[in-house]
Amino acid sequence: MSNAPSLMAAEPALPEPDVAASLPRLLTGIPGHGAMSLDEHLSIHGLAPSARPRRRREESPLIARIERAGLRGRGGASFPTARKLRAVASSRGRPVVVVNAAEGEPASLKDRTLTHSLPHLVLDGGELAAQALGAEELIVCVCESALASAESVEAAIAERPRQRGAAQVRLVVVPDHYVAGQESALVNYLNGGSAKPTFTPPMPFEQGVRRRPTLINNAETLAHIALIARHGSQWFRRLGTAPQPGSTLVTLSGPVPHPGVYEIEHGCSLSSLLGAAGGTTAGVSAVLLGGYAGTWIDGELLRGLTLSDEHLAPHGAAVGAGVVLLLSEAACPVAETARVAQWLAGQSTRQCGPCVNGLDALAGTVKEIAGGVAQANATQRIARLAALVRRRGACGHPDGTVNFILSALETFAPAFADHARHGPCDACMHPAELPLGVSAPGAPRERGRVR
Amino acid sequence: MSHRVRVNPIMCEAHGMCAELLPERITLDEWGYPMIDSEPLSGTLLDHARRAAQACPTFALLVERERP
Repeated sequence: MSNAPSLMAAEPALPEPDVAASLPRLLTGIPGHGAMSLDEHLSIHGLAPSARPRRRREESPLIARIERAGLRGRGGASFPTARKLRAVASSRGRPVVVVNAAEGEPASLKDRTLTHSLPHLVLDGGELAAQALGAEELIVCVCESALASAESVEAAIAERPRQRGAAQVRLVVVPDHYVAGQESALVNYLNGGSAKPTFTPPMPFEQGVRRRPTLINNAETLAHIALIARHGSQWFRRLGTAPQPGSTLVTLSGPVPHPGVYEIEHGCSLSSLLGAAGGTTAGVSAVLLGGYAGTWIDGELLRGLTLSDEHLAPHGAAVGAGVVLLLSEAACPVAETARVAQWLAGQSTRQCGPCVNGLDALAGTVKEIAGGVAQANATQRIARLAALVRRRGACGHPDGTVNFILSALETFAPAFADHARHGPCDACMHPAELPLGVSAPGAPRERGRVR
Repeated sequence: MSHRVRVNPIMCEAHGMCAELLPERITLDEWGYPMIDSEPLSGTLLDHARRAAQACPTFALLVERERP
């Protein structure tokens, strides 16, 4: 261990250009099925340098490197990763590191794909973060339905040599629920409670697992850390845009020949992503970015869309956790919205009054509009309910659901007006397109054993 | 150093005592849950707020000192 290459040295000279500037990075060598073995992983990426601080009480140089890289969290909130690491480092007590692959978003598959196919990259990142913070414990959280991911991670943990003084690594399978991956819900579950959000503060970075300062990072964020530690911040910035550097994983679904998880660079065009997936097989009425807490963008605008927060901001959208969901013209956007809104209301953990009552009322009103039986002021009622629900839950679920409904109402305004007046349309009979629960289109089929 | 009221929405069971005792800052929504005006409190209003917090049957109302 003492002869492990140190991060204290100046950043390595830029690697060969073809390694540096090209995609894929995270998905390099991803196996067609099964997990990449430790040997294959090391032959592709090499050993990760140690991230231990040079001296006790000193900050790990990895944190400054992540800051220079400009890495932001890939779980949806895009929080600066270095700032989160520092918040944990400056809290009192020995930290715990949690890898969050509890991917509850039905249209996102990237975290289960990463943990399933490339578990060593994720574990590298988790171990580097644990070294940087002096954590004794590293917990990998995978959701119940991602059985193959859980098995991969378990096998990968067993495959890795346990180094002296390294963090103890364990796998925890988390219940399948839309908000189970929310940070306070994860902490609550890891502390023996239910996987439901809690009232904060204290925030997990102050007091999390066993009341210790807890770093919770998305699995993809940690996979990026594994590569930043090896190749440096300048290398990371060779892809992406200046405000949003690097590559990112997206989950593309809808009418395309090859839906699934893609690695793109921030700032690439949506057209190029669609090109990689074989183009579209049907007309597209709109694209949903950011999942069921996200934003719809009208199909007319698809051609000019660029996948970076800077370019998406005027549309009220963001790259977030990388959900890119195309809705075909054959589907009825009103019926789809009503169905998803009802599902989202059902995903409330029913702890906070405004969420319990508000989401049910919102979903009910959308359903009435879809059925053509709503009162004349239904749209105003939705706006009023939205205001009553926003920022009044312990977690972001009510706010996300409100965003989704309001965005649909705006993007599909003519269709909503038409349903309010005339009731269901012919397309309402079209088979449901938007995925609910865990069986997203293109999802690896996982059934059977539940632990 | 200023104080504000905040509600723990998980603890709150919509008893509505807070809106009676601190109507200057708290109104109830259509389901009876408090909607909070988080303007800073001082003087008698702060006293009223503390009384409202003590009166809450589920201890869901908090009078908090501004976090730095």
